[in-house]
Amino acid sequence: MEPIRTLESRTAVLPFTNIDTDQIIPARFLTTTTKEGLGQRAFADWRYDAAGALKPDFALNKPEAQGCAILVAGRNFGCGSSREHAPWALLDYGFRAVISTEIADIFRNNSLKNGLLPIVIDEEPHRWLLQNPGANVRIDLESRTVKLPTGVIVEFPVERFARYCLLNGIDELGFLLQKNDAVTRYEQAHA
Amino acid sequence: MTAKTLFEKVWEQHEVVPETVDTPAVLYIDLHLVHEVTSPQAFAVLRSNGLKVRRPDRTLATMDHSTPTDPDEVFGRVPIKVESAARQVNELEKNCREFGVELFGLGSDRRGIVHVIGPELGATQPGKTIVCGDSHTATHGAFGALAFGIGTTEVGHVLATQCLLQRRPKTLAINVHGELQQGVTAKDLILAIIGKIGVSGGTGHVIEYRGPAIEALSMDERMTVCNMSIEAGARAGMIAPDETTYRYLKGRHFSPQGADWDRAVERWRTLRSDPGAKFDREIDIDASALEPMITYGTHPGMVVPISGIVPSPANDPVHAKSLAYMGLTGGEQLEGKPINVVFIGSCTNARLSDLELAARVIKGRKVARGVRMLVVPGSQQVKREAEARGLAKVFTDAGAEWRESGCSMCIGMNGDVVAKGEYAVSTSNRNFEGRQGPGARTLLASPATAAAAAITGKITDPRTFLSELKSVVHS
Repeated sequence: MEPIRTLESRTAVLPFTNIDTDQIIPARFLTTTTKEGLGQRAFADWRYDAAGALKPDFALNKPEAQGCAILVAGRNFGCGSSREHAPWALLDYGFRAVISTEIADIFRNNSLKNGLLPIVIDEEPHRWLLQNPGANVRIDLESRTVKLPTGVIVEFPVERFARYCLLNGIDELGFLLQKNDAVTRYEQAHA
Repeated sequence: MTAKTLFEKVWEQHEVVPETVDTPAVLYIDLHLVHEVTSPQAFAVLRSNGLKVRRPDRTLATMDHSTPTDPDEVFGRVPIKVESAARQVNELEKNCREFGVELFGLGSDRRGIVHVIGPELGATQPGKTIVCGDSHTATHGAFGALAFGIGTTEVGHVLATQCLLQRRPKTLAINVHGELQQGVTAKDLILAIIGKIGVSGGTGHVIEYRGPAIEALSMDERMTVCNMSIEAGARAGMIAPDETTYRYLKGRHFSPQGADWDRAVERWRTLRSDPGAKFDREIDIDASALEPMITYGTHPGMVVPISGIVPSPANDPVHAKSLAYMGLTGGEQLEGKPINVVFIGSCTNARLSDLELAARVIKGRKVARGVRMLVVPGSQQVKREAEARGLAKVFTDAGAEWRESGCSMCIGMNGDVVAKGEYAVSTSNRNFEGRQGPGARTLLASPATAAAAAITGKITDPRTFLSELKSVVHS
């Protein structure tokens, strides 16, 4: 994985609470055996009509939302199923971060393992972001801050080890494999 | 010694390396359940890194999500209609062969929904850590296991190392007092809990369900409760094991035998929260006050008693969007509303006692004209038992479809779907937009409520039918 330190982009906004992973990537697209190409299916039932044409009113289909790497969404983003296809789809679509006031546990874990930044901030700056789609936002993972174009800087929490891995482009599997001796001792003690 | 919660005991017994400020705990996983949808990319990582499955003996695979429920497709008399699903089935067969993982494949008489067969085979046991690439892994917590859903990257971690990197979650006790009234089921209880704490009320927490109303539940019912923990945002829900648990497990395929059984039970008896153990949060619920519940919106927290009306909060555009999707209006009465489909199935409510309850309501009656009723047993074993007890015939005589086991219409990725705009009373766990098919409108309820709706063709209080019965099934 490529190291991630900072990210600067305009925002796209989906001002809905409880956006579940079935919206992010509907289950009928999970019959794949790879990670590729899922971006085309991201938010499929919100983006396309039954005939497969783009719905012009949907926020992500508007011209100003093109090329945005930061998604701002309502509270409890990513709830529901554990499908890692959700962060895969968002990344393949072009998003690199999601900002909300609350992000569901499994989705957050899955995102961190793929380099999609799950960022939880307080209600006040979040409300400002919801009301200002297209705002240019800078995320700094090192200092754990989000800088709004108003100059306001807000902090966000991120689990220390996940942050270390993201900053240094480290794969957690490598770290776990290094624990082999400890795992063997555990297995012997609990056989 | 400090008083510990059930969760803390299981967690601490599985710490290979405890967590520090800088690093999460390395947590040992006793049982890894694998299915066809969330595993192919994980096996691919193993293959590209030249890694093996560390403990094939702690890994069990089956296929359930994308598999068909039509017997001709299941048993190979005709090709699987969803081509990409057929590829997933082949891929899992190939991966299990290559990596030496035991697979209950499409033709196996032990196959079924992964969360139904784990307990049924006795692989799910108290005190174990259990994971699966599926959020409803919470189901297994009904046995006092710490069981939670993981993503595909973590599936790869467990395959390769039998461990996960985890931060210790917080604990939430849900104390359920009183007793459930006749016709009010475990499904109604968990829907009421989600309605009370909200769909993110359990985020960051492991729930322990406790109290007299929980102790009175059968294992099937406890699984229904724990299953939907994730619908309240909690990755895991647990119930302390007791005599009901041991009775259920004794003699099952993977259960300990002979002297090992006695030693296991002795160990399992210690798996209770100590008196005075502190939870991060506690919530109290009075089971006696509950009615049958039904959802009206597009997440499981949008739920009301069946006699209730559709809420209409002011200035809530998300709520309004949800009602527009559902074709419902604030203030509307739900009871009496016509429906199109009834689905009895899923890891929430497709075990034998669920089918028995639905059959009691249906017996001697007919599915209403114009209503499609699909009954999908949770496993092939449940299917055989239901057939042996005459339940399947009750359903087919009434005009319902009786299928092979699988996730079926709960997830709409296997050929079983609800059509756009149609209302489905479903015993499954998610009423998200499009969950049962694009444009499908899901109303989550108990097997009794679903069966009652099948007969009348409308949302119906199941107590209308159950009052004729002496008692609700508690097997």
